[in-house]
Amino acid sequence: MSTTDAEVRKLVGRTYEHGFVSDIESDVAPPGLNEDVIAFISAKKNEPSWLLEMRLEAYRHWLTMPQPDWAKLDIAPIDFQAISYYSSPKSQKDRPKSLDEVDPKLLETYEKLGIPLHERAALAGVAVDMVFDSVSVGTTFREELKKAGVIFCSFSEAVAEYPDLVRQYMCSVVPKGDNFFAALNTAVFSDGSFVLIPKGVRCPMELSTYFRINEANTGQFERTLIVAEEGSHVSYLEGCTAPMRDENQLHAAVVELVALEKAQIKYSTVQNWYPGDENGQGGIYNFVTKRGDCRGDDSKISWTQVETGSAITWKYPSCVLRGDRSSGEFYSVALTHNYQQADTGTKMIHLGKDTKSNIVSKGISAGRGQNSYRGLVKVGRDAENARNFAQCDSLLIGPDCGAHTFPYIESKNPTARIEHEATTSKIGEDQLFYCQQRGIGEEDAVSMIVDGFCRDVFRELPMEFAVEAKKLLEVSLEGAVG
Amino acid sequence: MSNALLKVKNLHARADGKDILKGLDIEVQPGEVHAIMGPNGSGKSTFGNVIAGRESFEVTEGQIEYLGKDLLELSTEERACEGIFLAFQYPVEIPGVNNTYFLKTALNSIRRYRGEPELDSMEFLKLVKRKLSVLHLKDDLLKRAVNEGFSGGEKKRNEIFQMAVLEPKLAILDETDSGLDIDSLKAVADGVNRLRSEDRAIVVVTHYQRLLEYIVPDRVHVLADGKIVRSGGKELALQLEEQGYGWVQSA
Repeated sequence: MSTTDAEVRKLVGRTYEHGFVSDIESDVAPPGLNEDVIAFISAKKNEPSWLLEMRLEAYRHWLTMPQPDWAKLDIAPIDFQAISYYSSPKSQKDRPKSLDEVDPKLLETYEKLGIPLHERAALAGVAVDMVFDSVSVGTTFREELKKAGVIFCSFSEAVAEYPDLVRQYMCSVVPKGDNFFAALNTAVFSDGSFVLIPKGVRCPMELSTYFRINEANTGQFERTLIVAEEGSHVSYLEGCTAPMRDENQLHAAVVELVALEKAQIKYSTVQNWYPGDENGQGGIYNFVTKRGDCRGDDSKISWTQVETGSAITWKYPSCVLRGDRSSGEFYSVALTHNYQQADTGTKMIHLGKDTKSNIVSKGISAGRGQNSYRGLVKVGRDAENARNFAQCDSLLIGPDCGAHTFPYIESKNPTARIEHEATTSKIGEDQLFYCQQRGIGEEDAVSMIVDGFCRDVFRELPMEFAVEAKKLLEVSLEGAVG
Repeated sequence: MSNALLKVKNLHARADGKDILKGLDIEVQPGEVHAIMGPNGSGKSTFGNVIAGRESFEVTEGQIEYLGKDLLELSTEERACEGIFLAFQYPVEIPGVNNTYFLKTALNSIRRYRGEPELDSMEFLKLVKRKLSVLHLKDDLLKRAVNEGFSGGEKKRNEIFQMAVLEPKLAILDETDSGLDIDSLKAVADGVNRLRSEDRAIVVVTHYQRLLEYIVPDRVHVLADGKIVRSGGKELALQLEEQGYGWVQSA
């Protein structure tokens, strides 16, 4: 790191109101990370001083932290000084002019996934004036939400329009120095989503980042904050089955969910970032901190994820079950093919009385993929009658892949009931032969077996997402057998 | 030149580096029911697996002609699409995959191969219900995952149900009687008998004569050490039952 402790301390004393950063007109920050760069980002986004302070504190904390190495992941060293931490969205002229200029392989994948033609251009980053009808779709959508009193906007807009709300809840679930990657995100986050569902409101539709697709380049250090007030309900969909074009190799997102009394949040993710090629070259490093706080009594948070992309996935969507009778759920399908590595799971922290949690994890490994489930179930001293059930299944395809399970259980209350079941199976020659003997071809047989394996998770997904997820697994597993 | 459905000549096959079939000959005409009997290790299951085209079994010598075609040229699923069905001795569980969905995929795959239109869900469901009632099976079978958590008897009945839906030209029943109590055995045999027809041949592979009391064969063959050592009518099965396999092996 380029900044010494003494310098840091000196910098802390300075005020960052306005620019000692001179090149505020520039669209790209030079590679490297220091307090100037952070101040630059904050100034670019016209942020209030408290947010800049928060970024700087996170950054200073980050400087003291080593990159975690406890996950079962083989990660090439990341040079954090070689990354550019801010670039404004690409101008139209830098983008491909039409689909003809887009990598044919990417287009082929869209074809296989059945992505409608008019959406392909947008996904591939082609310079189109507007993402299909996103203006009209987006507008009707916003009006309906407004009627219900729901706030759904970009994080930057929220900072500008609802600074008090953001200040109240941001970093209240994932503290700014929570872990290496969360601290980094807090220091340099680019943008993301903000949702507030007011008291007693059932959000009239599934909220999807899909409707915000036109905000390019926010993927790298994305930040999401969802607050569900008393008695409200919301279902949020993140991601897209189509592989998104992205030039940034390092992703470190933070998602914070707050559920107040009797509120329910359902958060579904389909992650399909570029996984690297079949020789393990390239691919996104995806380090995500997702945590939900069941702050109120009788609240509920449910995570569902389908992770098929990225070269490296480091992700543990968790629930802090603070309110009495609150409940947390985690449903996960993680697939690793070729040289992909995933270390993913959840943490269920039982603090309130009569809290419940349920974990269903399905890991699929093919090629030379390595897939680990890592989960913590923790029961606090006062969490009377906590219940947890965890089911972790691994499916292996081929002889060169690996599946690993690391369950951690800590209970400080003797009334807790914690159950953990784990299985590992192989798509056997016998299963394939059985299907083929009935006339079903090998690839269809594999996707059928994998689909059956994931059924308990897929049925938690919103209907249209489930259909896409199934298709996505099929495409991701192409060539896995034979 | 007969118009045999299946014509096996001097078949040699090996698995796990061991020679198992050592010159097997058999000829099956449409409409016939054959029984292949033999002691453990004689090559009974190998026969079914080789006909179905399981990769772990290697044919080292001989010919198999099916419907006038060289069967050894066809892949496993092509053989299935050409009408070969193997009822497994140990039907395989496919967790989470719905039985109906599995069968529909199989049937449509076969229909596609034959250039016939695929059935939609409604048409398929109608067909399946009809087959269930013919076999006196309960329709909860349709809702369950393929063989998952099935009892031994249920698994074997599910095989016969699949056979009824897929309507093969040649069905090989590999030790379908093993592990069944008498009621299940009768139910399975009854199902098979309902599927006997003029254009379908059935080869029953079994260790015991018991099943043949209920599925009466036209021809009985005794397999020993990888070869058919004796063939005859249904009375051969009874003779075996009385005198044991030692009698034919030493003969």
